[in-house]
Amino acid sequence: MGMIEVVDFKKSFGAKVVHNGVTFYVKKGECLGLIGGSGAGKSVILRSLIGLEKPDEGRIIIDGENIAAMRENELVGVRKKVAYVFQGGALFDSMTVYENLAYPLREHTRMEETAIKNRILEQLAEFGLQGSESLYPGNLSGGMQKRVGLARAMMMNPEIVLYDEPTAGLDPYNTKVIQEHILNLKNRGVTSILVTHDMPTAFAVCDKLAFLLKGRIGAQGTLEELKKDPQGLITKFINGEAS
Amino acid sequence: MASMILPLSAMFSDLVHLAGGMGILSGRILRDLFRGPFYFRLLMEQIAVVGMKSLPLILITAGSIGMVMSLQFGLGLEKFGGKLYVPKLVTATVLRELGPVFTSLMVAARVGAGIASEIGSMVVTQQIDAIRALGTSPIKKIVIPRVLACLITLPLLVAVTNIVATLGGLVVGVTELRLDANFYYLKVLGTAGLPDYFSGIAKSVFFALFISIPACYYGLNVKNGTREVGLATTKAVVSASILILVGDFFLTKLLWMIEKWA
Ligand SMILES: Nc1ncnc2c1ncn2[C@@H]1O[C@H](COP(=O)(O)OP(=O)(O)OP(=O)(O)O)[C@@H](O)[C@H]1O
Ligand SMILES: [Mg+2]
Repeated sequence: MGMIEVVDFKKSFGAKVVHNGVTFYVKKGECLGLIGGSGAGKSVILRSLIGLEKPDEGRIIIDGENIAAMRENELVGVRKKVAYVFQGGALFDSMTVYENLAYPLREHTRMEETAIKNRILEQLAEFGLQGSESLYPGNLSGGMQKRVGLARAMMMNPEIVLYDEPTAGLDPYNTKVIQEHILNLKNRGVTSILVTHDMPTAFAVCDKLAFLLKGRIGAQGTLEELKKDPQGLITKFINGEAS
Repeated sequence: MASMILPLSAMFSDLVHLAGGMGILSGRILRDLFRGPFYFRLLMEQIAVVGMKSLPLILITAGSIGMVMSLQFGLGLEKFGGKLYVPKLVTATVLRELGPVFTSLMVAARVGAGIASEIGSMVVTQQIDAIRALGTSPIKKIVIPRVLACLITLPLLVAVTNIVATLGGLVVGVTELRLDANFYYLKVLGTAGLPDYFSGIAKSVFFALFISIPACYYGLNVKNGTREVGLATTKAVVSASILILVGDFFLTKLLWMIEKWA
């Protein structure tokens, strides 16, 4: 059984049908690469997986629980174990980097301040952000904001991580840092979905790919299967021949 | 004819939408108000913000109101030899009407606008989503502290207005109208009964809701980017002002009815 199962997911905004029956699943410890053209609805799927968006129809099953039917206050448990790495970081701009990282721990744990501090320093080091703890998000570069966002999402040691274009706009070195981070988590058994346009990263970290096309999964398969199928849709998408 | 009915019906359906949206928001506030966790520190911060932001403005308006009222009543009544009623009249109008209404309008312009634009930009930059994604509630973390801060601070600010406006009236009464300061002071004390205070303060509690709930509502409902933040801010101030001025009439009527009863 999948750690994440999306069954016949449908979602429209007004008259605009974005998803018209999306179905896929991700097994525990697996990393699924979700690709598709801009505006295909990748972010909407990730947002729905953490209850920020409600599907019009269909089921979203996270670790055995259907979250599509849950109310906001019932989603807290899910949100503690599923981390969403926002496309733009979504940092709290009235708080320092330190306070941003402390936020989940202060809300959901009874950790001592010294333990919180150690954890934060460890996370900052992991993403090459040493020395920025007292800065405000407004004073960080876009790439740094992204990494702080990633670090904040990791504070609670999530079992599932949803990455929304984590490497977009990063330099090659930091892209590599993030690839290694995703692989590390995968080795520890963390399940993840990676939304990206960055195909080298997708090939480096994903076990399988799903291609979102016209409101459905147009094609999906493991990397090996996809490599064996040079005429397939995904290959065409990667080569810029389909979107 | 049709060209007039169409915009009118659109306006009506907008109004219904609006009332519904604010009703739902109020319901969620009420429900979450009594459910933990409670963020006492955030409330304290917001009280400080509301107080600090509006106090200078309120000192100036209150002083001016008192002085102008005293001057107007004084010059108007002098012809009829009614100058001695100035302290009574100024005090009654300030306590019951001008104090709460002007203070609330100032707070709407300063604090209501601030709340709407702050929440609006948090929506645009996905900070509200982040609060939810991290397993916390924007109602509890953002909305409730601001609504409660207005509820607690506005009556206090009205009390400040009452004092400063009365002093302003006294200063003009003494300097311009040649009234005796001691006489003025005693008249103020003699006029200002508990019902006058109560009526003003009771109004300000409602006005606090008229300011903070639309501000939070418009802020939270910003959808497409920064341009809408400015729009939300304007709408928040306009609807708060309308609610205060129209609400004042009904509240005045209601409070008089209660006073007659009691
Ligand atoms: N809250 C909303 N209201 C209206 N339309 C929306 C909303 N959220 C998303 N959409 C629409 O849904 C579609 C999919 O959006 P989404 O952000 O998921 O795209 P995406 O695949 O993540 O694109 P990108 O690669 O550019 O990030 C878009 O056409 C967008 O306009
Ligand atoms: Mg997106």
